[in-house]
Amino acid sequence: MFKEDQISILKAAVEKENAKTQESLQKRPERKAEFTTGSGSPVKRYYTPADIEDLDYMEDLGLPGQYPYTRGVQNTMYRGRFWTMRMYAGFATAKESNQRYKYLVEQGSGGLSVAFDLPTQIGYDSDHALSEGEVGKVGVAIDSLADMEILFDGIPLDKVSTSMTINAPASVLLAMYIAVAEKQGTSSEKLRGTIQNDILKEYIARGTYIFPTEPSMRLITDIFEYCSKEVPQWNTISISGYHIREAGSTAAQEVGFTIADGIAYVEAAIKAGLDVDTFAPRLSFFFNAHNDLLEEVSKYRAARRLWAKIMKERFGAKDPKSMALKFHTQTGGSTLTAQQPDNNIVRVAVQTLAAVLGGTQSLHTNSRDEALALPSQASVQVALRTQQIIANESGVTDVIDPLAGSYYIEAKTKEIEDQAMEYIKKIDDLGGAPKAIDAGYIQQEIMEASYSYQKKVESNEIIVVGMNKYQVEEEAPKGLLRVDPSVGEMQKANLVKLRAERDNNRVDAALVALKTACEGTENVMPYILEAVRSYGTLGEICGVMREVFGEYQQSVNL
Amino acid sequence: MDRPIRVLVAKPGLDGHDRGAKVIARALRDAGMEVIYTGLRQTPEQIVNAAIQEDVDCIALSILSGAHNTLLPRVAALIKAEDAEDILIIGGGVIPGEDIPGLKESGIAEVFTPGTPTQVTIDYIRANIKRA
Amino acid sequence: MDIEKRILEKDKRAAARLITLIENKDPEALEILKRLYSKSGNAYIVGITGPPGAGKSTLTDKLVKALRKQGKTVAIIAVDPTSPFTGGAILGDRVRMNDLNLDPGVFIRSMGARGHLGGISEATSAAVKVLDIYGSDYILVETVGVGQSEIDIVKNCDTTLMVMVPGLGDDIQAIKAGVMEIGDVFAVNKSDRDGAKRTAREIDMMLDFNKNAEWRAPVKMVIAVENQGIEELLEAIHEHKAYMVTSGKFEKRRTENAKSEVVGLVKERVEKAILDKSNKEELLDFYSEKIAKRLVDPYSVVEEILGKMDVLLK
Repeated sequence: MFKEDQISILKAAVEKENAKTQESLQKRPERKAEFTTGSGSPVKRYYTPADIEDLDYMEDLGLPGQYPYTRGVQNTMYRGRFWTMRMYAGFATAKESNQRYKYLVEQGSGGLSVAFDLPTQIGYDSDHALSEGEVGKVGVAIDSLADMEILFDGIPLDKVSTSMTINAPASVLLAMYIAVAEKQGTSSEKLRGTIQNDILKEYIARGTYIFPTEPSMRLITDIFEYCSKEVPQWNTISISGYHIREAGSTAAQEVGFTIADGIAYVEAAIKAGLDVDTFAPRLSFFFNAHNDLLEEVSKYRAARRLWAKIMKERFGAKDPKSMALKFHTQTGGSTLTAQQPDNNIVRVAVQTLAAVLGGTQSLHTNSRDEALALPSQASVQVALRTQQIIANESGVTDVIDPLAGSYYIEAKTKEIEDQAMEYIKKIDDLGGAPKAIDAGYIQQEIMEASYSYQKKVESNEIIVVGMNKYQVEEEAPKGLLRVDPSVGEMQKANLVKLRAERDNNRVDAALVALKTACEGTENVMPYILEAVRSYGTLGEICGVMREVFGEYQQSVNL
Repeated sequence: MDRPIRVLVAKPGLDGHDRGAKVIARALRDAGMEVIYTGLRQTPEQIVNAAIQEDVDCIALSILSGAHNTLLPRVAALIKAEDAEDILIIGGGVIPGEDIPGLKESGIAEVFTPGTPTQVTIDYIRANIKRA
Repeated sequence: MDIEKRILEKDKRAAARLITLIENKDPEALEILKRLYSKSGNAYIVGITGPPGAGKSTLTDKLVKALRKQGKTVAIIAVDPTSPFTGGAILGDRVRMNDLNLDPGVFIRSMGARGHLGGISEATSAAVKVLDIYGSDYILVETVGVGQSEIDIVKNCDTTLMVMVPGLGDDIQAIKAGVMEIGDVFAVNKSDRDGAKRTAREIDMMLDFNKNAEWRAPVKMVIAVENQGIEELLEAIHEHKAYMVTSGKFEKRRTENAKSEVVGLVKERVEKAILDKSNKEELLDFYSEKIAKRLVDPYSVVEEILGKMDVLLK
C-alpha cells in the first residue's frame, strides 16, 4: 500500500526519533517500563505505515460485505439497521421469565435470549438429586414441553428471533421450541434464532457438558442436517469464544481456539456427508468484549478475516455466506467488579463501543450488579440503554468500520490473526480441537494466561479501578435479585402432575425408539421431537442418551 | 510448621466456571501447599468423603451457581457428622454479602468474594487451620 | 483419636490420619506401625506407572471398578510430583476417579512426592502398609514413571503395570533403559489411535529380546475411557499374581522388597542424621570448603563422619 522508498525513509526517521526519545526517557521515564494490551501483548509508543508495510488493501481488507470481510459482513452495516440488542435473561420459573421477555420486547429489545438453569443445561430434571439448590438459579428451569409452552406464551414465534444458551441438550430444547411453534400454528421453516450448541468450549471452559466428544459431535451434525432441511433460518451453532475468554484466555487465544473449534465442527459435518455450503451459512460465532477497546476491535476484524480464508481455502466453500463470520457479542462478565458496582456501567459502555466498532451482529450488555447476583430489572434497563445510546447518539454507527486504516488497528489485526493461526496450527498438529482438548492443551494454555493475569492484578501491575486502586469503604449492596427458593419445590410438584397426566405409553414408546436411534446411525432429531411432543421430560430424554453414549470425563491440567 | 498444609479445592454444584478454583489451586501450590483438586460437579457427600480420605487441613469451596445457601451448609453439616470439625472450611465465588453471616453461622469459617487477592486467602488458611 | 484401635475397626479417618502422620515423619506413627506391622501383608499390591498423559488415572479408575465387581475392596495411592521450588503440589488424580468417591469399598489417597529424604518410596511403602492394615484387598499405587524414585515405588509392588500410549515416538526408546524391565504387565492405552499396533509391536520386540525370562509380560490393548479391554487386563494381572504365587516368586520378591526397604530406611536415617548435624554445626560446609581447597580429601572425611555415626544416630 505504501511506496517502498517512502517506507525506508520513514523507517530511518523512526529509528532516529526512537534514539532521541530513549535519551529523554532517561530523565523523564514513561509511566511504565513496558506497555501491554489487556491481553498482555506489547504496545509500541506509536505505529506508522512501516508497521503494516505488507498490507494489501484488497486482499487483506476488501470492502464491507466482501471477502475477506475484515471490514464487516454487510455492505450497509448499521446504516441499514442496528445490531440486534439481545438481552440474555431467564430465571426461576417459565412464568416469571415469560414476563421478563414481554417486558424486554416492550422496551425495544429486538430478540429474545434464553438463559436456562444449570440442571436444564446438564440434562437433569428439577427433581434430580444433583439439581438440589440449583433449580431456577442462573436461568429458567425447563423440565418438559409444558414449561416451554409457558415460557413463550403470548410471544409469536414467527415474529421474534430467539437465542438459546443451551449446549449438551441443545437438540432437546430446539425440539421443544419447534413443538411450541407447532402449537402456535407456526411451521418450523419460519423459525428464526440460534442455539449455542457448542460442546467443545464446554469441555474447554464452561463445564456444562454431558456426553463424551464423539456422540456429542454426532448430535451436533444431526442438528446441522435436520435444520438445513426443516428449520432453514435457524443458526444451528454459536461457536463461542466468550467463555474461553472468561476463563482467562488472551484475545488471540479467544480467536485461535474458537476458530479451531469451528474447524472441528465443519470437519465433522463434512465427514457426516454434508456439503459445506449447505450448513456453513448457518454457523455463527460468539465473542467477548473486554475493556481494551482497540485490541478488541482488532480481534473481531482478525477473526472475520481468518475465518473467511479458512472457509475458502481449507474447505473450498463457494457460497460467500459460508465465508462471512457473523457474531454475537457479550460484554465481559469477568471484567465487572463487585466493588463500586456503578463503575461497571462505564466498563460496559466501553465494551459496547468495542463490539460496535468491531461490527457485531448482536449484543448483550451485562448489568452493573452481575458480579454480585442475577441482574435486577432496573440494572438490565441501564445495560440496554447503554446500547441504545451508542446506537443513536454516538455517531459511530453511521460509518462502517471507521477505525480501518489506523496503523495500530491494522497492525494489531494482523498480529492477532497471526497468533491465532499459530494456535490453530498447533491444534492441527495435535489432531484437531477435540484431541487437543482431550490432551488438556487448550485448557492448559488458558490456565497459564489466566494465572499470569491474576498475578499482575495482585502485584498492581494491572490496575482494576475500585478493586486494587481507588478503593472505598462500601456497605453491602441491597436489593439484589433473589430467586424464590420454592421454585424447586414447584417444579417438582409440576413434574409429579405431568407424569400422572400424560400418556405414559406414548412416552415410553418414544424413548425406546430414541434409544434405538442413538444406538444406530440415523438422525436422532425426529425421535427427540416425538419424545418431546409426548411430554417426555428433559431428564428422561437425556437419561436415554446418557445410557447409550456415556458421560464425558473432564480433563484437568493444572 | 514444617509440613505442607493440605487443602481440598472443590466445586460443589453444577456450575462449570472453574477459573477461580484453578487460580486458587495454583496460588496455594505456589505458596507451598498440597492441593487436592477434585474437579466439577461435586456433591457435598463427595467433597466430605474426599476431605476425610485425604485428611486435609482445609476445604476450599468455589461456587458461582447461586446454590451456595443450599450446598455450603450441607458440607459443613456433613463434616460435623463425621466428627471432623478440625477441618477448616472456606468458600469463595459470587456470594452476596448478605448471605455471608448465615453461611458463617452454618460452619463456613470465611467467605471470599470476587476480587479477593489470592494472598489474602493463603494468609487466612495459614493463620486459621486448626491442626498443628 | 485412638488411631491404633480405630484403624483395626476399619475407620477411614484413622487410616487417613495415620498416613498423614507418616508423611510428616511423626515418631508416634512409626511406633503404631511397629505394633501393627504383623497385621499387614494381606493386600495384593499393584504398581501402575507410565509416561505423563498415558491415561493412568482413568485406567486405574476402570480397574478399580472391575475389581469392585469381583467384590474386592481397593485402596489407591496416587503420587504426583511436588514443585522443587515451593514444596507445593497439585494432586489432581481424583478428578478422574469421581465415580469411586462414595464407594465405601474404595479408599483414595493422593500423595505429593515432596522432598522426601531417601525418596518417596519409603513414605509410599508405609502408606501401603497402613491401607493393608486397614483391610484393603488390593492396593493400587499410581505414579508418573519419569524419575528413579517413582520407579522405585512401583518396583516395590507385587505386580507392576506399565501403561503406554501410541504416539510416543522415540520416547519408547528412552523409556526402555531401566524402566521397561520392571513391567510385569503392559497396557497400550488409547489403542484406537494411530500407531497403537506399532507401539504394541515395539514393546513385544523389546520383551522378546530377553528370551530367558520365565515370565513373558503380556501386552494388552485397552481404551480406558471406553472401558474396553479392562477385564482382559485385570485377568492378565491375576495371571501374573498366580504365576508369582505358584512359582514362589511372590515370597522372593517380597523378601527382596523388604531388603530394599530396609536399605532405603537406613539410608534415610543416616542422611538425616548427617544433614541434621551439619545444619547445626555446619559440619558439611566446613569439610566441603576444605575439600575444595585440597586441604583434605573427601575419602578421609567420609571415614571421619562414619566414625562418628554412633554419635550422630543417637
